Amino acid sequence: MTAPPTEAPEALPSDADDPLAGAPHERRPGVVGALRELALGLIGPLLAILTALIVGALIIVFTDPTTLEAWGSFFSAPGTALADSWDLIATSYRALFDSSLGSQRALARTLVQSTPLILVGLSVALAFKAGMFNIGGAGQLIVGAMAAAWIGITFDLPQVVHLPLALVAGVIGGAVWGGIVGFLKARTGAHEVITSIMLNFVALRLLDYALSTDTFRRPGRSDPISPEMPASVRLPEPIDSFQVHLGFVIALLVAWGAWWLLQRTTIGFRMRAVGANAKAARYAGMGVAATTVLSMGIAGGLAGLGGTTILLGSTPRLTGGFFASVGFDAIALALLGRASPIGVVGAGLLFGALQAGSTGMQAQTSTPIDIIFVIQALIILFVAAPAIVRTVWRVKETRLGAGQRFSAGWGAQ
Amino acid sequence: MTSVTTAPAPAPRDDVVEDTGARRHALTVAGLCFLAGVAAIVLFGLTATSDQVSTLLMNPRGVDTIPDVELPTQIAAFVLGFGAIALGVRALQVVDPKITVFFGGALGLFALALVIWAARDGTGAFYGLIAGSVQRATPIALGAIAGLLCERTGVINIAIEGMMLAAAFGAAITASATGSLWIGLLCGVLTGALFGAIHAVISIRYEVDQIVGGTFINIFALGLTSYLTVRVLVEYSDLNQPGTFRPFEIPLLVDIPFLGPLLFSQNVFGFVMFGLVAFLAWALFNTRWGLRVRSVGEHPRAADTVGISVRFIRYRNVILGGMVAGIGGAWFTLGSAGRFDQNMTNGKGFIALAAMIFGRWHPVGALIAALIFGFSEQLNDYLALLDTPIPSEFLLMAPYVVTIVVVAGLVGRPRVPAANGQVYRSGG
Repeated sequence: MTAPPTEAPEALPSDADDPLAGAPHERRPGVVGALRELALGLIGPLLAILTALIVGALIIVFTDPTTLEAWGSFFSAPGTALADSWDLIATSYRALFDSSLGSQRALARTLVQSTPLILVGLSVALAFKAGMFNIGGAGQLIVGAMAAAWIGITFDLPQVVHLPLALVAGVIGGAVWGGIVGFLKARTGAHEVITSIMLNFVALRLLDYALSTDTFRRPGRSDPISPEMPASVRLPEPIDSFQVHLGFVIALLVAWGAWWLLQRTTIGFRMRAVGANAKAARYAGMGVAATTVLSMGIAGGLAGLGGTTILLGSTPRLTGGFFASVGFDAIALALLGRASPIGVVGAGLLFGALQAGSTGMQAQTSTPIDIIFVIQALIILFVAAPAIVRTVWRVKETRLGAGQRFSAGWGAQ
Repeated sequence: MTSVTTAPAPAPRDDVVEDTGARRHALTVAGLCFLAGVAAIVLFGLTATSDQVSTLLMNPRGVDTIPDVELPTQIAAFVLGFGAIALGVRALQVVDPKITVFFGGALGLFALALVIWAARDGTGAFYGLIAGSVQRATPIALGAIAGLLCERTGVINIAIEGMMLAAAFGAAITASATGSLWIGLLCGVLTGALFGAIHAVISIRYEVDQIVGGTFINIFALGLTSYLTVRVLVEYSDLNQPGTFRPFEIPLLVDIPFLGPLLFSQNVFGFVMFGLVAFLAWALFNTRWGLRVRSVGEHPRAADTVGISVRFIRYRNVILGGMVAGIGGAWFTLGSAGRFDQNMTNGKGFIALAAMIFGRWHPVGALIAALIFGFSEQLNDYLALLDTPIPSEFLLMAPYVVTIVVVAGLVGRPRVPAANGQVYRSGG
């Protein structure tokens, strides 16, 4: 296979895009300098979010029948049209805010929603760092959750053993599913995007099949739902009046762990080196194949853990669609967080808030929940194509950075 | 190209390998054929009894041109199984046995044995199985063609799913509003063109990673159509009653036994699909347009040097691909269901992507792959009707597993357009 000939040789991994890491070998900004860097780094994502929200608002306005009628008589009563539109947007986004951050209960919902998003987002981000596009988070989290569910249903153990065992099973399940992708890439050069899309569907069918067997199906029922997970594997809620389960804490710890792995360990350095320039890494004597398998294994494990926190936390039954759209949301938020662990946590919280809020928005204002996916898709676009945002906002600075490339063509290795 | 020497060694071309490599390849092919044959004999031949008879219906309902086939189940399974083994033996004798021909043939015999075995002591709707496969293959093949139109120029398209879903929606709503299926189809094509244009602009003009751009389109199309379904179609349900195209027959040709009704009595989508496959199979390799498309996909700089506008060719083909995806999308609402439902493409776009890869970026290959994938879906219905205890999930997995096997190079490495996924800047 030919390698891309037009690409300029890339530098070794730089920490410039990672606000946590600092840049000791370039210059040493003081605290003020570091904050300035951070603020400038945030402008791009914030403008992307803002633009996406505005486009979302336009879609809400121009698909609402009553508001459209007001616009129909725009020239006779321009004020009505504008006021109606503003009303609609304000109430929709107000409801979105109220149901995500407006109360303690809403905040708890947001944190619970963001738990799997952060974990699967970390999975995507870690794979990005190692030069791979892990579009297979959905499959990995399904297999992970299936493994955890099997532990939960089959065994009867005290919580101190049962819960950790289920979590470990979830990690292993996801790691195996991700590891297959890494292995195929390392061994045969099969492109990870294709294999992981395909494995997503295989996992989906596997789940359908599992839910039709006696092992996973609720006894005495024919519909594809597993029995409820026993209390001994459920993630406990550490604070009595605040319904946030332990999974959120785990997600934050894992995010810190991912940062530590990437920035402070040899393995992490190898992953970043392979991601930045696999040829240079091979020339430097690093085991590119082993690193690829390991990276995808770890990424899969993170996604598996994410799926497990859904199962053992908010929806304690395995169903055909327990995972909602977490796998694809995770891609969006990893892009938004620029594939850095701290960025993923931030983006995960944002997406968790959007999703927790959208339920309330639908209930209060009849704006359908699906507008959130439109907004998320637009965020992906605007983060990936800063030039569009620059054009819209007339930002001259090249500060927003160039678009990132995460993967080469199907055939390139 | 200088990078050839540093790239990892590609799978050796068959004409330059030493004897041992060729020998091992032949042994693998033969072994796979033996496996399929033995499996057919053990699973179907030995489990059937000698007095069981399978009846296969060979005609569509209401037609009686050829007699239905009655076969002794056990003997048929043995014959087909030994046929597969014979293919394996033959593979050992020829130079460079093609795995697609030999193992593909053996798998085909295995599938036929399964179809006959499932109908033991009963009646299997064989014509219905094949006709249903062609039906289900139609959107997959159209999607695969949409994909290869893009990728032959070097633009990765994983957004087939999103383009088809958006077009399905656009077609349904305009056909309902105007009362004309043809206007609906046209608007489906235009919706596809619009999404193709979006993909082209973000991947060519803004140089966004093409996989990220495709992911954007997939999520955007799903979100927007679901949103509009809840927002508009639920309230105005008369906007979601487009109706479907009726099949029509080509006189004379339709009277050919079996193949006549199968190929020459379809709705517009089937004819368009077969027509496009035939046209592109010719045009891609025999016209100036095709040569330009392929040169841009293989070596954009060389194409640029001889005065071909890389960007123009890419824009045009991505939009054309979007239009074909639009036809495929309209199939869901105007050719099949007669209404739009949320996420109704349900992964078919990704199966189309798989068919494109499995078909190695060739229109005829894509059609064959689509027919195989369509068959594995339809076989599911066929077996369910006959009450065969094979979990349908595993049949439905088959296209995906096959694709993984293909991209992993286990059945010969696919030849990907060399510049696929690469941004091209002229003079850069």
